[in-house]
Amino acid sequence: MLSALRTLWNVFLHMFRKRVTVQYPEQKPYLAPRWRGRIILSRDPDGGERCVACYLCAVACPVDCIALQATEDQTGRRYPEFFRINFSRCIFCGYCEEACPTYAIQLTPDFEMAEYERQNLVYEKEDLLIDGPGKYPGYNFWRVAGVKIGGKDKGEAQNETAPVDLHTLLP
Amino acid sequence: MTSPYPILSIVGILIVVLSIAAGLIWLERRLLALWQDRYGPNRVGPFGLLQVLADMLKIFFKEDWIPPFADKYVFILAPAVIVVTVLLSFAVVPVAPGIIVTDLNIGLLFVLAMSSLGVYSVVLGGWSSDNKYALLGAVRAAAQMLSYEVFMGLSLMGVVLLAGSFDLVRIVEAQRHLWFVVPQFLGFVLFLIAGVAETRRLPFDLPEAESELIAGYHSEYSGMKFGMFFVGEYLGVTLISSLITVLFLGGWNGPVLPPIVWFLLKMFAFICLFILLRAALPRPRFDQLMNLGWKLLLPLALANLLVTGAVVLAKGT
Amino acid sequence: MSTVYIENRPHQMNEKQNLLEGCLSAGMNLPYFCWHPALGSVGACRQCAVKQFKDESDTHGRIVMACMTPAANGTRISIDDPEAVEFRRAVVEGLMLNHPHDCPVCDEGGECHLQDMTVMTGHAYRRATFEKRTFRNQYLGPFVNHEMNRCIQCYRCVRFYREYAGGGDLNAFSLRDIVYFGRERDGVLESEFAGNLVEVCPTGVFTDATHKRHYTRKWDLQFGPSVCIHCGLGCNTSVAERYGTVRRIVNRYHRAINGYFLCDRGRYGYEFVNSSQRIRQPRLRGRLVPAEAALGYLRLLAGGSVMGIGSPRASLESNFALRKLVGPEHFYAGIPSSEASVLALMLKILRTSTARTPTLHEIEEADALFILGEDVSNTAPRMALSARQSTRQQPMQGLERLHIPLWLDHPVREAVQNARGPLFVATPFATRLDGIATRAIRGAPDDLARLGFAVAHAINGSAPSEGVVDGTAEIAEALQRAHRPVVISGASLRNAALVQAAANIARARPGAALALIAPECNSLGLALLDAAPLEGALATHAETLIILENDLYRRAPEEVADKFLSRFHHIVVLDSLENATTRHAELLLPAATFAEGDGTFVSSEGRAQRALQAFVPPEAIAESWRWLGEWKSLDEAVAALAADIPALAAITSASPPASFREAGQKIPREPARYSGRTAKLAQISVHEPKPPDDPDTPLAFSMEGSPNQPPPAVTPFFWSPGWNSYQAINKFQEEIAGPLRGGDSGVRLFEPAARGNGYFPGAPRRFEPKPNEWLIVPIHHIFGSEELSRHAPGVAELAPQPYVALNPRDAEAFGAEVFCLGQRVRVRLAPEAPSGVVGVPADIPPFLGFDLPMRAEIRRAE
Repeated sequence: MLSALRTLWNVFLHMFRKRVTVQYPEQKPYLAPRWRGRIILSRDPDGGERCVACYLCAVACPVDCIALQATEDQTGRRYPEFFRINFSRCIFCGYCEEACPTYAIQLTPDFEMAEYERQNLVYEKEDLLIDGPGKYPGYNFWRVAGVKIGGKDKGEAQNETAPVDLHTLLP
Repeated sequence: MTSPYPILSIVGILIVVLSIAAGLIWLERRLLALWQDRYGPNRVGPFGLLQVLADMLKIFFKEDWIPPFADKYVFILAPAVIVVTVLLSFAVVPVAPGIIVTDLNIGLLFVLAMSSLGVYSVVLGGWSSDNKYALLGAVRAAAQMLSYEVFMGLSLMGVVLLAGSFDLVRIVEAQRHLWFVVPQFLGFVLFLIAGVAETRRLPFDLPEAESELIAGYHSEYSGMKFGMFFVGEYLGVTLISSLITVLFLGGWNGPVLPPIVWFLLKMFAFICLFILLRAALPRPRFDQLMNLGWKLLLPLALANLLVTGAVVLAKGT
Repeated sequence: MSTVYIENRPHQMNEKQNLLEGCLSAGMNLPYFCWHPALGSVGACRQCAVKQFKDESDTHGRIVMACMTPAANGTRISIDDPEAVEFRRAVVEGLMLNHPHDCPVCDEGGECHLQDMTVMTGHAYRRATFEKRTFRNQYLGPFVNHEMNRCIQCYRCVRFYREYAGGGDLNAFSLRDIVYFGRERDGVLESEFAGNLVEVCPTGVFTDATHKRHYTRKWDLQFGPSVCIHCGLGCNTSVAERYGTVRRIVNRYHRAINGYFLCDRGRYGYEFVNSSQRIRQPRLRGRLVPAEAALGYLRLLAGGSVMGIGSPRASLESNFALRKLVGPEHFYAGIPSSEASVLALMLKILRTSTARTPTLHEIEEADALFILGEDVSNTAPRMALSARQSTRQQPMQGLERLHIPLWLDHPVREAVQNARGPLFVATPFATRLDGIATRAIRGAPDDLARLGFAVAHAINGSAPSEGVVDGTAEIAEALQRAHRPVVISGASLRNAALVQAAANIARARPGAALALIAPECNSLGLALLDAAPLEGALATHAETLIILENDLYRRAPEEVADKFLSRFHHIVVLDSLENATTRHAELLLPAATFAEGDGTFVSSEGRAQRALQAFVPPEAIAESWRWLGEWKSLDEAVAALAADIPALAAITSASPPASFREAGQKIPREPARYSGRTAKLAQISVHEPKPPDDPDTPLAFSMEGSPNQPPPAVTPFFWSPGWNSYQAINKFQEEIAGPLRGGDSGVRLFEPAARGNGYFPGAPRRFEPKPNEWLIVPIHHIFGSEELSRHAPGVAELAPQPYVALNPRDAEAFGAEVFCLGQRVRVRLAPEAPSGVVGVPADIPPFLGFDLPMRAEIRRAE
């Protein structure tokens, strides 16, 4: 009984405390660089699309809001033919970023994406792709992968020897 | 003493009471926010006051949906009952000298009767929804009302003994020199607790207990029918606050300020107390609620009546 | 059975298997690479190490390879022993030394045996800092993609390709850690079973090149349990769909039929489903009309005088729907009488012969084969792979004396050396089985039939024969000596005498099995409907003609077809692809392919199997039986069919009905981790549509449903926790390489008769070459001869250019090119071909619609 009264009193005293609410939008909150907001697709340092259309973000997505289709250019470099995120379903959990083996998909400190039309929340690759490398400058998946693409022949990736010469008779 | 301008009183009280109930929606949200270090609705109109209007508009234009499995007529009737019974109770509440709808000589009994009828609203609403959560809520409400009404009535008997009347106006007049809260402090506390339980407000909101019963008896309600339950609850809060004012705090009695202002001030203080209770206290278990009612509060109410009766008898003789 | 103790707990195992097979059959997880259930053990990868103990008191134990140790009674092993666990982890770490960082861009990723095994063994971080060796890749043709960097040198590919499938052009080159698997130089892989490398390779060295063009991970595909429609064998396949197009076909294990392998036509022919030639909307006089309007017009026409032409490539239900719509007397089979009569004969033999019709598995286990007049590699390719295995049976019979278990692959091959069991191939032209045949005999079809009659006579004197034919004694003796001889013939040469001869041999040699190959996926089913051949239709008339999934220009010469079609006021055509016949349609209805529709097909074996759809196409495409019949579901159609045609009454049990539920739920067509549900159609509308209902099957177009293993006939794909690759099949079998849990699916319509009828009398007369009149014989090609698969770009690429095959002596009279059947074509020399016989590629433009074999003249082209 007494504790109930003390509670009442303590709660009553909160009348004189400072309010924690931030008066958005007049007042902007601080968003950390690793804030999980609007999703983007980044480019590698050479300016190429980082996404290799491996489907790992799509499969990691708990609400299944990522759909894409892989394709290849003439040189064998794989990229998404289309890449679609339905932000009306996205819960900004960041699993896609965690699953991405190439740092292509990243979550950004931006949450101001409200729309009057739900349809406008469907983002295609053109809407997602940015021009820079985002949070991870310097990384280029193709420099560590073994496949051959335009501008990088077999054996030219990091930590690789030159292709085996099958015609040599030396042991 | 009946009002000289009955129609004016009726309309006036109706409008004031309803606007207070509506305003409470806003007030409660603001006060809760205040005690929780937030702002609450502050965007629509000055201090967010027009939030009430916005909410009202919204609730009016919501789809008026009746579940296909519900008992249609009872389902529609139930929310009306609560509003009607509470509003009827206000008929006998003396706001200020001359401002009263009708001055019944059994006013207090009338109020108790009406608040007993109010439980029908909850029980019928829960039953007609044909939903197990709603039904559970209704059953809880019935049990809770039954238990708390017993000592609610008993706790008031001290006041009646002291005033020697069931007439609320005479009760107020009897407090001209000493508010009954002093001689009847125990009765005041008991009535306050019973009042909270009667209006199914936190911490006694077990019939709707969101975390257990979704929303209890009004789970299936939406739109304005839900709104009626909502308004009914705030009307109940207003009613209980006015009754406490009338019965224990001397009603309109007070120095300097006009009587009606005194009445409203006292009433407002209790409304705030109701909200503070909601902000601060957790919800008990149902068995704890029953234990408290039957094993502690009922004996206390009986003891209070016994002592008051003895004192009045002693003084009288 | 033997009792093997694993972690001191007894398990029942088949003592004829090895420990790895036993452990997997018992439901244990034990990693492996080089072992393959169809290829046996070689103990090369050292991955399946377990600890073996002498007895109960032995606590020290020794590490053995499970795949090299028999599951002998009383064996005590431990899989979880720390030393064995560490050993396996170290082996994977070694295998991963050179494995590239490719998984995100590798087509095997997500269904990779190497990934699964690496996870299973717990190797997670690379410690090695050495550089990785790299290889250059080769172009291996339109079907198989090569990425050598990923190789872990398990040798499965060459073991399958060379030793199992008999291919010669894939080999292991170089040495030590730079062993290279590929061809001598870039080029198309020659074997028609090369596509199986995709499933045999435990990692991404060989991947599906057609799938690469529209790549989707396994977890994102929606599967349908289907039956291959590209030949008459009825191999089981899984059709995989995404975004409304078929992405690939994978093998769906059926112990009795295809086992672990498919042919490349079956695996890669699917692309016709995505063809731009597809008919996707009903068309009335060339204009697109709504389905209701088309249906209304069809009903209107059906009220008048109608005639229907069925098809051997349409399902039983579709043919039956047409038959019911037009009435049995107006229903024609849509194949020429030359073919229909052979099929009718085959049907009669199936019904009355005392010989069993073997499954492909039984052919694999046969110890003597006589192939009479059928180029199996091209008309029923998967059977050729089985025939190839059968030649090992006789040499392997002595192995028991040497105490060599059959799964111990290397010693078995050492013991067998180059010995081969009897396999006799008698065809007009060379076949790819000639290389392993005891004897390959060339002759005109009639002469081959005479050989057959003579063999029957040599085995049993009461069989009729006329004269002596070379090779008879050898074949007859081999068939008599064998324990499980099989005679194979078929309808591809449209020669009834060949089939009769084969039946006579099967009758003369009790215990011999008789396999008769039907040319198309439902030829036998159509024959069971008892329809008159196409010639019957040519002679009669009606107001309206309804043609069901049949290109008449492939069944009759152009001028005959033209004349025939011009006689009708109204022509309704149901088909999936544009062809010469659809151009004549007044009303053209889009028919579903195997990927979009449900239907029952009767294979050469006489097994009725149901192909169930993988997806619902967005357009008005529907099964022909849905257009023509008034049934609401497949079950209703099947029930009506079974009630009407007693011979097909058994087909109701070919697969579980639509009401079947596994653990109270439908069976999901999509893997549990199917992605993109809320985004794949979001560009059209952000409001997600409800998944389509499936009134026809117990399967759902969803990832939701029963988590249990469904019955084999409705298993859309194979997956088991930790086993994402096709190797998950281990978890679905009763025992390794045994039938799937629930038994072999499909229902066999024919079993051997208790008392057969007599011998077929009268061998045909000897073939006499005539001057200026040549017997033109069809030469079937795995790629190109089948109508639908030709629309797949890869198959079209490998299809031969038109030619005329002549033996060199006959060819001397002509130049490099000749006029044959009105076409100017190149001459191809066929050294062993009989004189007076000319071969032309069957059903390859421009040789369409000719009733081959036929006699005709060929002229020298100026």
